[in-house]
Amino acid sequence: MTEPQREAVPEVLRVEHIAKRFGAVEALSDVSLHLKKGEVLGLIGDNGAGKSTLIKIICGFHQPDAGKIFVNGEEVSLKSVDHARALGIDTVYQDLALVNELTVYHNMFLNRELVRWPLLNNRAMRKRARQYLDDMGVRIQSVDAEVAKLSGGQRQAIAVARSVYSDAKILLLDEPLAAMGAKEGALILDLVRDLKDRGEVSVIIIAHNYAQVLEVCDRVNLLQHGEITYDKRRNETSVAELTDLVVAEYRAHRTRGGAADG
Amino acid sequence: MSETIHNQVSTAGGPDPGPLRRNPVMRTAFDAFMRRREATILLVALGLVIYFQSARSEFLSHNNLVNLAQSTAPYAIVAVGQVLLLVSGEIDLSAGATFTFAPFMMHYLIDYYGVYPILAIPLSVLVGAAIGFGNGFITVVLKVPSFVTTLGMLFLVGGLVLTTSHAFPAQIPEAAQGKIQEWFGQAEWSELVWCLLIVAFFHIVLTRTRWGLHTIAVGGNLLGAGEAGIKTTRIKIGNFMITGGLAAFAGIMEAFRTQTIDPSLSGADFASVMFTAVSAAVIGGTALAGGSGTVIGALLGAFVLAELRNGFNLIGISANPFNIILGLAILGSMILNVYLANLRRAGRT
Repeated sequence: MTEPQREAVPEVLRVEHIAKRFGAVEALSDVSLHLKKGEVLGLIGDNGAGKSTLIKIICGFHQPDAGKIFVNGEEVSLKSVDHARALGIDTVYQDLALVNELTVYHNMFLNRELVRWPLLNNRAMRKRARQYLDDMGVRIQSVDAEVAKLSGGQRQAIAVARSVYSDAKILLLDEPLAAMGAKEGALILDLVRDLKDRGEVSVIIIAHNYAQVLEVCDRVNLLQHGEITYDKRRNETSVAELTDLVVAEYRAHRTRGGAADG
Repeated sequence: MSETIHNQVSTAGGPDPGPLRRNPVMRTAFDAFMRRREATILLVALGLVIYFQSARSEFLSHNNLVNLAQSTAPYAIVAVGQVLLLVSGEIDLSAGATFTFAPFMMHYLIDYYGVYPILAIPLSVLVGAAIGFGNGFITVVLKVPSFVTTLGMLFLVGGLVLTTSHAFPAQIPEAAQGKIQEWFGQAEWSELVWCLLIVAFFHIVLTRTRWGLHTIAVGGNLLGAGEAGIKTTRIKIGNFMITGGLAAFAGIMEAFRTQTIDPSLSGADFASVMFTAVSAAVIGGTALAGGSGTVIGALLGAFVLAELRNGFNLIGISANPFNIILGLAILGSMILNVYLANLRRAGRT
């Protein structure tokens, strides 16, 4: 399954033979994947294939039952979200982890607040948030606005900007395009493309819309039944092929009598 | 910028720029004021002052002001803790029991264990915080809803008071009489001064510190706050402890003021301290849903409740309809809160 390595680009993340079960449910049986510096990896798979579990293991939220994780070539055992974050791994969750009641800039600095002890340094946070969103080309009228008032795309953009700002080297995007209009989806894809152009951040992006995935990804991995069953570069695959793979799996699953758990 | 310059000019007695220039500034100021959560309750409080003063001129007399201060302060202090808890998405029904228990604790420490009063007071406050820790631990770690946890704690601590005191009131310990008693509640304005200090301190904590920001985050989006790496358990348990400590402190001061340590507060009235405090918080603009609230609003809420009780008394209306007014005030302010929140959400920033 592994392709020939190109020596020039270093590997930032390697996951080998990861397994994880929750009680009787085996979420991941044997997952291996790798990610190079500046690369965008699309992770696809049907609902319940274990994508979110995998993301939560890489970001330190869950600990795997078996397997190894290497960050920048060194084996690590990720003990917590904070630990993973210290290693430069950051996640934009499906629910975005934004607090509606707080302003844009407080959300952008959530748990990484700038402080002039003992008080918050609101002025500095406001200024930097503004500057950072401008740099990323995210249009938001006022950083003083409550996040509740923003559109889905803007909220997503803030969540992404927050992670990138925090010096993330490996960014995990959990279904950033879910529940988003075409225009807002384009905003996020632009953001990812922009990150790719800079080449500093590597991204794993979970998505259901294969056309959009192929637009930004360098490589696509398919997760099925807790294993990576497919790993191809963008120019070696197509939307039709990806769709066929997932649908075929669904059909096979159904004829095997899987309808019972539907 | 132009606004501040304009203000400086007009306060310096410069030429009036005329109603055209002045109006928008006034309007922005008015809008900014009305957008504050405390605005409504402040207007109500002032309206009541005017009404009661015009009905009975002794309303603003020295003695009555002391009365008002003393029936505002203890509830406001307990309400400050409730605000922090409500903002972080929890509630403490046992605060009234802690309020009653703390002066007994102080009395036991001084009279049975010979502890210096100046040490016994902070120790009793710590016992209140320990009760809060129990509430927090059971709620957050053992995952019992705080409504149930603190309901249990209310009876547990209330029962402890009745059992250890044999339901008899106690004297203020001799060692604590004099200066200490005066400083901590007996002197006319001492409760109010402590109350204002506590309100100011926790207003800053809630609005200007990481602890406050994380308290809002935990109440607004618990899962998200955890994902952002905020130690949600620590925040919640900490706020339970603050509430317990504040309730204990208020209880000790109230005992000093009334010159007696009264176990009956743990009986029929056990809930009244807590409910008055929660009412003050809610009337002041703190939502029960978590994620938003104001400490200053709670102080104003406590003041409004004191005004109503006291004003009715002066006018000679029986105390009985007071609860009707209180009930209507809670319902009205909650409806208003929901309505105003919708307005704010609708984008009338």
